[in-house]
Amino acid sequence: MKTVKLMASSLRQFGPVRRPVVVLVLMMLVLASAVLISLGIGGAPIASGDVLAHLAHRIGISGIGIDAFDARVLDTLRLPRILRAIVIGGGLGLAGAVMQSLFRNPIADPGIIGVSASAALGAVAMIVAGHIILGSFYTVIGPYGVPVAAFGGAVIATAVIRVLSRQDGQTDAAIMLLIGVAINAMAFAGVGVFTYMADDAQLRSLTFWQMGALAGNGPTDMPAMIIMTLGIVYLLTLGTPLNLFLLGEAEARHLGVEVEHLKRRATVATALVVGAAVAVSGIIGFVGLVAPHLVRLVTGPDNRYVLPASAICGAIMLTGADAVARIIVLPAELPIGLVTGIVGGPFFLGLLMREKKRRRL
Amino acid sequence: MSLMAKDVSFVARGRHLLRDISLALAPGEVLAILGPNGAGKSTLLRVLAGEYQPAKGCVMQNGQDISSLSALNLAQRRAVMPQAASMTFPFGVRDVVALGRAPFRKISTRQLDQKLVAGAIAVADINHLADRPYPALSGGEKQRVHLARALVQIWGMGGFDVTSDAVHDPQCGSDRFLLLDEPTAGLDVSHQHALLAVARREAHDNNVGVLMILHDFNQVTAYADRVAVLQSGEIVAQGEVADVMQPDLLSAVFKSPIRAIDDPKGGHVLVSQAV
Repeated sequence: MKTVKLMASSLRQFGPVRRPVVVLVLMMLVLASAVLISLGIGGAPIASGDVLAHLAHRIGISGIGIDAFDARVLDTLRLPRILRAIVIGGGLGLAGAVMQSLFRNPIADPGIIGVSASAALGAVAMIVAGHIILGSFYTVIGPYGVPVAAFGGAVIATAVIRVLSRQDGQTDAAIMLLIGVAINAMAFAGVGVFTYMADDAQLRSLTFWQMGALAGNGPTDMPAMIIMTLGIVYLLTLGTPLNLFLLGEAEARHLGVEVEHLKRRATVATALVVGAAVAVSGIIGFVGLVAPHLVRLVTGPDNRYVLPASAICGAIMLTGADAVARIIVLPAELPIGLVTGIVGGPFFLGLLMREKKRRRL
Repeated sequence: MSLMAKDVSFVARGRHLLRDISLALAPGEVLAILGPNGAGKSTLLRVLAGEYQPAKGCVMQNGQDISSLSALNLAQRRAVMPQAASMTFPFGVRDVVALGRAPFRKISTRQLDQKLVAGAIAVADINHLADRPYPALSGGEKQRVHLARALVQIWGMGGFDVTSDAVHDPQCGSDRFLLLDEPTAGLDVSHQHALLAVARREAHDNNVGVLMILHDFNQVTAYADRVAVLQSGEIVAQGEVADVMQPDLLSAVFKSPIRAIDDPKGGHVLVSQAV
């Protein structure tokens, strides 16, 4: 009897943690199955069993490989692509969750404060005007030019937003958000100007930056992928400080958060993640906004769980959207940004309507 | 050791909001701050909390200039109950209270945290609200949640009947301070008294230095040990409650006739007269 009571009390003690942890584990499983399914489908269907066998072979568990053609499709096309989907989706979902807490505003996301648009502006400027500005140097930097420009665009935009919103050594989150909105509008106008100047060949690559694609640029993506991974790891540690931030900046300070440090580091890290994501895949909207909201419905608002769950949720969303993008208009593929918009938009609206009804009760 | 302002002036946009304020809050005492609207009471509290940097003078906490201490270091010895704190996301009441444990997250244990949170929820009389979402509460209920949050912070690693299983933190020996910004605003009369009694008990039983901004003269005389009266950014009177709370002084500061009337139950009450 005593042991039962003891067990019950120790269970209760872990009670509050268990649910979100279970949710995180379940989400990992969903992500794993989404990856498995997504690896199997496309122009050349591969059975899930074969995919598993190939993965097992690659990490050295099983000695038997699969059909050489299927193996090549997986190794050269689908695996790198899925990896991009996971890292970019995770980065965008996490960046959205961080920004919503940082600005204490549920509609904040990397798209809204102009970081994505500025990254696209950098990329577009490089595509259209790079050979004019850089001359022969353009061919030297070759395939790195466009991702670096995208990345630079995101970092410059963040720096400008931070400098403009500073006053007496402090930054006001509401002003910062509005300045971001203005930067966003200017960046999109800039993209429009370059689109107007572009020739036919350039227009095709511009479309890529504006609608998003996971096709990638081969090995030149590696630096961006590493930056994203490091940024994700750092942002995941901010759960508790961001919870305190939700109480208000003064209260967060009273509770021991170095508020200005946190704001600086968090905005710079999100800019790095988002800039790197746009450098690899162009603008993919909606993931940063929707993933954290979806997650909060299940885990509640505690950032210690919302942050990792948003990353996993973003990864699931992009993996799924990529699978759709690859099969829906075979043999071509739809830009993934369109899929996230077409599927994500109505889905998010439905969620909002449901919430609205629930809150009125 | 104490929380001390030395010749503090604070200037915002060219206006002196505080001028040469010197004030000491000792552990174990309740210090009330009294003054008309716009006298600089909240500004003074923010300067003492380290939120605002004084233009002149300095604030010392336990003998150290607070501008040289980290936010975390300060938070482990000083809690602030704000006038109003917003929270857009639907945290539960218990979670909001538990945020007060954040300064101790590296040194505390889950058991201690849970015990202190439960204790503070009981003291603030919000047991029946503990599982409700915070944004759904009324203004007065939110105030009580923030009281509980400030309590779990000020209890630190000891305080509320903690048994020997608590991790001993060498810092918890030094003095702690609780700053309350108009804590009774929005509370009904019984909860006002309950809150003030909690604040007084923290001071007298737990040796916390409690500073609170109040508007009700009789609450000052009933609950505070000392009082500082602020007018236009300057301290016009400071001292024992019985010495400072005189009708003439208060009438002059508040520009409204205030009289002391004998209370049949002993002592006297201060009343303001209708215009």
